[in-house]
Amino acid sequence: MTDPLLSVSDLRTYFHDGGVVARAVDGVSFDVAAGETVAVVGESGSGKSVTALSILRLIRPPGRIETASSIKFQGRELLQLSDGEMRTIRGNRIAMIFQEPMSALNPVLTVGEQIAEVVRVHTDASRHDAWERAVEMLALTGISAPRERASEYPHQLSGGMRQRVMIAMALVLKPALLIADEPTTALDVTIQAQILELLQRLQEQLGMAVLLITHDLGVVAEVADRVVVMYGGEVVERATVTELFEAPQHPYTEGLMSAMPRLDRDTERLVTIPGVVPPSTAWPSGCRFRDRCSYAWDRCATEHPPLYSVGNEHESRCHLAVEPLRRSESHTPSTVRVGAGS
Amino acid sequence: MTSARTNPALLQVTRLRKDFPVRQGLQHGLFGHNAAAIRAVNDVSFDIARGETLGVVGESGCGKTTMGRAILRLIEPTSGSVVFDGIDVATLHGAALRSMRRKMQVVFQDPFSSLNPRMTVGAAVKEGMLIHHLAEGRAADHRVKTLFEEVGLNPDYASRYPHEFSGGQRQRIGVARALSVEPEMIVCDEPVSALDVSVQAQVINLLQDLQRDRGLTYLFIAHDLSVVRHIADRVAVMYLGRIVEIASADDLYSNPTMPYTQALLSAVPRPEPGRQTARIVLQGEPPSPANPPPGCVFYSRCQHPLKDDDCTRVVPPLEEKTPAHFAACIKQPSQLP
Repeated sequence: MTDPLLSVSDLRTYFHDGGVVARAVDGVSFDVAAGETVAVVGESGSGKSVTALSILRLIRPPGRIETASSIKFQGRELLQLSDGEMRTIRGNRIAMIFQEPMSALNPVLTVGEQIAEVVRVHTDASRHDAWERAVEMLALTGISAPRERASEYPHQLSGGMRQRVMIAMALVLKPALLIADEPTTALDVTIQAQILELLQRLQEQLGMAVLLITHDLGVVAEVADRVVVMYGGEVVERATVTELFEAPQHPYTEGLMSAMPRLDRDTERLVTIPGVVPPSTAWPSGCRFRDRCSYAWDRCATEHPPLYSVGNEHESRCHLAVEPLRRSESHTPSTVRVGAGS
Repeated sequence: MTSARTNPALLQVTRLRKDFPVRQGLQHGLFGHNAAAIRAVNDVSFDIARGETLGVVGESGCGKTTMGRAILRLIEPTSGSVVFDGIDVATLHGAALRSMRRKMQVVFQDPFSSLNPRMTVGAAVKEGMLIHHLAEGRAADHRVKTLFEEVGLNPDYASRYPHEFSGGQRQRIGVARALSVEPEMIVCDEPVSALDVSVQAQVINLLQDLQRDRGLTYLFIAHDLSVVRHIADRVAVMYLGRIVEIASADDLYSNPTMPYTQALLSAVPRPEPGRQTARIVLQGEPPSPANPPPGCVFYSRCQHPLKDDDCTRVVPPLEEKTPAHFAACIKQPSQLP
């Protein structure tokens, strides 16, 4: 295998507030190969967005990426670059789109000016050429009458249109990696379908990789090649998308899948994960999920589980991997297997 | 669940309409008589049986929230009638309106913004009881604790303030507050959309338990089609202020008839990797409700193979296509491509 495009290894991003340390991202590792889509899935407080911001080095004090963390992109260690060198990568080779495009767009510049600005900052294109590339990119995102739209201000556009503008701005320099943080969460479902289709088409055309941060397992199933499940600032499961949905191994992943109401069938009662995510200032000892896990036994309180290999390209941070019999022994009614209810 | 349909209707909504005036330029303001209006809810009729859950789905701007508010008379309907338990809500004033409000409660998406940050959550839950003279003093405090237990909160939390709670707990407080006045019906407006999926499941189960235990009736407004399928007995689909399809949940999800419903359902990403879907990707966005098109409101985005000029001439009525399954489309239903 050739070197991956992006290689995150043992990433730790901590927020220091007085004597309190919030370990938002706590030893995260994963790779993204050129051209592929990797989804990072998790709920609020799992550390998925902080992971994305860390890759772009957008963490502000009191947040800090701890030493020994490593983020390699195209063979270069991003954490060793100067701020100036990082700026030549950010928005150029690695681009990012966010959930709420309105807050990422400048309200007093036309959308064309904002896209052209990206081109002018990173290349020596003339004002005219930059504008032309902005219009071209808007057209590529499926906006009709792109030349007219380029002269409009963000508030004149609908939510779906603004997300297209954000995408145009992110992709105008043909980045090798796009980080998309909940790109369709604020959109209606028919507009979401348009945007997901657009992202997939542009990904093929431009040959870029996508790191998708999301809480929506439906979106994951639809666009991802591989999936990283996060809980408590850690990766708890890593697998190809097919493996993950067919045979989830970590109890948290299992719980997430059965807690989700289904469109194609009526379930009598939803399976819930009891309790809430613990605060990042006080992760439990041992397994961080154990307080909410129906399988948990004494080992889970004392021994922090490593990422066990549980199959081809499939890893799970759960001691069940080495004590599989516990799965059936401690089976309680609240842990219906995925696919069992109908 | 399905037996609820044989019960008499608790709520009957007939030809409900809500217009919002659009501010115009100076000339129109001074001289114009026919001020423009956004027709947010347009000619909506349905009923809900006692103990039933009617789900209302639709995208932003379709009028589902406005409809809920007009039914509660949190905003005044422009025309149409809302009959709750045999009484026309639109004609009520003063004490009679207050007493109706006790029976028809609401739970919002974000309970935090509807809770007073300086009031303990116990006091917030007690407030309604005091206003409606349902309990006082010790008895009221005791009822607050019982309600907390019923919604799955530690009763000792009653003395805490809203900011001390997580999103899921706040929603439980919102539910407890609605229940405090012993309502018969609750309008739930996106009650779980701000919650993470594991917490969302907890709140959905709670709502279902409460319905079973107390015989509650729900008008459940949400944009998440999977959540609505799970919780609703019947489902109404709204587009540009109108109900375009209404049927039992099972029937609507397995045999969507109106082209918009078909597109909406096909747009939902399914948690099945590699699934080859015939997705209808709608082009464009809904037209402006300030200037709705003549005829069928969905015409501009419709992908029905038989769509033609007839569709732009008449507003398609909600017709019973198969027993108890109504859809607003003048063409024969087409299968999903």
